[in-house]
Amino acid sequence: MLTRLIQREGGSMEQEMGELRRYRTQSISRGEFALSDSFYFYRKGLESIVDDQVTQRFSSEELVSWNLLTRTNHNFHYISLRLTIIWGLGVIIRYCVLFPLRITLAIIGLSWLVIGTTLVGFLPKNRVKTWLSELVHLMCYRICARGLSATIQYHNKENKPQKGGICVANHTSPIDIVILANDGCYAMVGQCHGGLMGVIQRSMVRSCPHVWFERSEMRDRHAVTSRLRAHVAAKTNLPILIFPEGTCINNTSVMMFKKGSFEIGGTIYPVAIKYDPRFGDAFWNSAKYNMVSYLLRMMTSWAIVVNVWYLPPMTREEGEDAAQFANRVKSAIAHQGGLLDMAWDGSLKRDKVKEEFKEQQQKMYSSMVVGKKRRKSETFRKDNQDTVILE
Amino acid sequence: MGSTNSTLSKIPNVEELMRETGFSPAHIVRLYDRFESLDKEKTGHLRPEDFGAINRLAMNPIGDRIIGAFFSSGQDTVDFHSFVRILAHFRPAENNRPRDPSLPEPVNSRISKLKFAFQLYDLDKDGKISRAELLQVLRSMMEMQVTEEQLESIADRTIQEADLDRDDAISFEEFRKVPLGDTLTLTQQRVASK
Repeated sequence: MLTRLIQREGGSMEQEMGELRRYRTQSISRGEFALSDSFYFYRKGLESIVDDQVTQRFSSEELVSWNLLTRTNHNFHYISLRLTIIWGLGVIIRYCVLFPLRITLAIIGLSWLVIGTTLVGFLPKNRVKTWLSELVHLMCYRICARGLSATIQYHNKENKPQKGGICVANHTSPIDIVILANDGCYAMVGQCHGGLMGVIQRSMVRSCPHVWFERSEMRDRHAVTSRLRAHVAAKTNLPILIFPEGTCINNTSVMMFKKGSFEIGGTIYPVAIKYDPRFGDAFWNSAKYNMVSYLLRMMTSWAIVVNVWYLPPMTREEGEDAAQFANRVKSAIAHQGGLLDMAWDGSLKRDKVKEEFKEQQQKMYSSMVVGKKRRKSETFRKDNQDTVILE
Repeated sequence: MGSTNSTLSKIPNVEELMRETGFSPAHIVRLYDRFESLDKEKTGHLRPEDFGAINRLAMNPIGDRIIGAFFSSGQDTVDFHSFVRILAHFRPAENNRPRDPSLPEPVNSRISKLKFAFQLYDLDKDGKISRAELLQVLRSMMEMQVTEEQLESIADRTIQEADLDRDDAISFEEFRKVPLGDTLTLTQQRVASK
């Protein structure tokens, strides 16, 4: 077992301060200040300097035992000759056998997507066209999934997203789209790109409606919302696929959902996606790798093993605003996928934090020291190994 | 990522650093990765703003003081060696081995940790925590949640308790009596869930 650097105690502020004061005659109930109180904040501060929870979510998950991919092993160093030979064999198999096969499949899949959707696009808008377009899309995504050696297990298929609905899921990588589209057809939402992506996007739109935004349109929230609303309102359109986190997270937790997707109205079909990290690390760290090197890494892993859970549809309740609804959906997804439900905002990766959080900490601490009247006994219910008698 | 050795070779004087601080190669690499991720402009130095960008630290009531501990020698940048040296104070102390008095005090011993914590309070470095300095720390921890009178009475009470030689300030000897336990120690980490 490789040693690491920090231990996260996971205790609340009261618990840890209680530990600190255990040696003294004063207990927390007396509400006095102790010089050692500041050590708690000091340690928390140092922990966050060495490693912090938010940034941690944006680097790949660490595995307990090594899966023969150096990329997932931070502490890689020479252990034994036998292990190195086995690893070497793994490299040869992955790069020389699996990789060429996968690339071929991916190329076939993508070309067929472009050709097939363009051909279907020539048909007049009728039921045959819809059926053919679904067929083409499914086929291509299935081929692409084989191109990544993706093994997908779908659960609760009875809750699959219906037409005219909105599908929301947690986001780990661009491959999520391929994973979901293997089992059903969705209308994609995204920015218009140039180059190869642009070609694919334009041909896809010919066979069935997707929602592609120009960069300038994306900034105008109302325009975005109204376009999505119009799409949803036409009940024959495919369900929209949205990733409300707004960015790729490393699949150990779900970050705060942006409420924009939940303001459109309509039925929400939540989906939880969980990758098995033992076969390959699917997380796209966009700061570290660009799309091409990311795909290369995907194609030279052992496999992509995924579990997809379809959750029962949810709608916004009376008296619930978009943010609360978003949180409700997020908890359901996190709970199902066995991911941590984080209160943090994915955009905290880039923005600075607000003063309010600091004030919260100050409030908590001062209520311990001064606000005896405000404190209720249940705060200390589970804390402290000693018994602390409270007034 | 990649082998430890290749990252270690990028760091100058790494052998000496390991000897001085007692960190293992794996830890040094880990800290180096962290240092690089904080050093967004790749200057090889960290400035107070780089620390300020750590959200959890900005939230910490005494965050500024903690940052100050890294820049205590008056410079406005900290390089990787200083970064590691300061963090070395918080390695678990090896209490079981009897200390050889001829060797210098290990950087992570209980005394060293306490000395470091003392500096948290004693900003003007005169070797004593005055009432004003104590008030400052109290203020940052509680800010607008309590009145100035309450702060002052807490400060008075604390000094009364701890100040044995009645000079209305807390010296390091008096501070030493503060129980430390495991508080100023960063130890082994649990692996991320699942």
